[in-house]
Amino acid sequence: MRLKILYFAGLREQIGQGSEELDLPAGVFDIAGLIQFLVARGGQWPSLATVRNLRYAVNQEMARLDTPLCPGDEVAFFPPVTGG
Amino acid sequence: MVVRVQETDFDVGTELAALHRNDPQIGALASFVGFVREMNDGAGVSEMTLEHYPGMTEKALAAIVAEARQRWAIVDALLIHRVGRLLPGDQIVLVAVAGSHRGEAFAACQFIMDYLKTRAPFWKREVTADGARWVEAHAADEQAAERWQT
Repeated sequence: MRLKILYFAGLREQIGQGSEELDLPAGVFDIAGLIQFLVARGGQWPSLATVRNLRYAVNQEMARLDTPLCPGDEVAFFPPVTGG
Repeated sequence: MVVRVQETDFDVGTELAALHRNDPQIGALASFVGFVREMNDGAGVSEMTLEHYPGMTEKALAAIVAEARQRWAIVDALLIHRVGRLLPGDQIVLVAVAGSHRGEAFAACQFIMDYLKTRAPFWKREVTADGARWVEAHAADEQAAERWQT
């Protein structure tokens, strides 16, 4: 399953890139599984597990840990928002 | 209903006149303008950069304004939010709501700001004497948004 992943704000800086395209292994089917998979890559990716109150969106809608993923989805990870 | 995300500044008078457009059913027009402050969390701020999530930001803002229109019988609403590099004193955001009476105009305006602060994907990065830092989300903003969930 191929996904587009985006990172924003402080998380983008910690991870060192704003986006990537990724082929997920079988068995990863929701946000929780995706985070686990990304963190297991090591390097700067464990930042995903240490960011306080990490937020996630799937196809530009706020998502939950159990939100399912489909091929072609756009997944975004970011810290709590601070606009206004 | 107008929702805009832009780098350029806006003129409040022009925007409010466009929202009002001499519609005689409008008896009240409430507005809020947010500015870059020179101090934040005890440090002087020399400049700020606002990052956003193009696409999702516009959708999230439109959804917030649409919800305000469902909750209150308002005539129209306007939301402009700037992104990019800003300096102390610069305008960041304009929310304006036109209605028949002030009650719903005030309430909808405050609701839109409270939801924007906690639900629209914008992030502030400010530069102080100690260097650049990402602004932390405040629990008070979350509480302000939660009081509308009744």
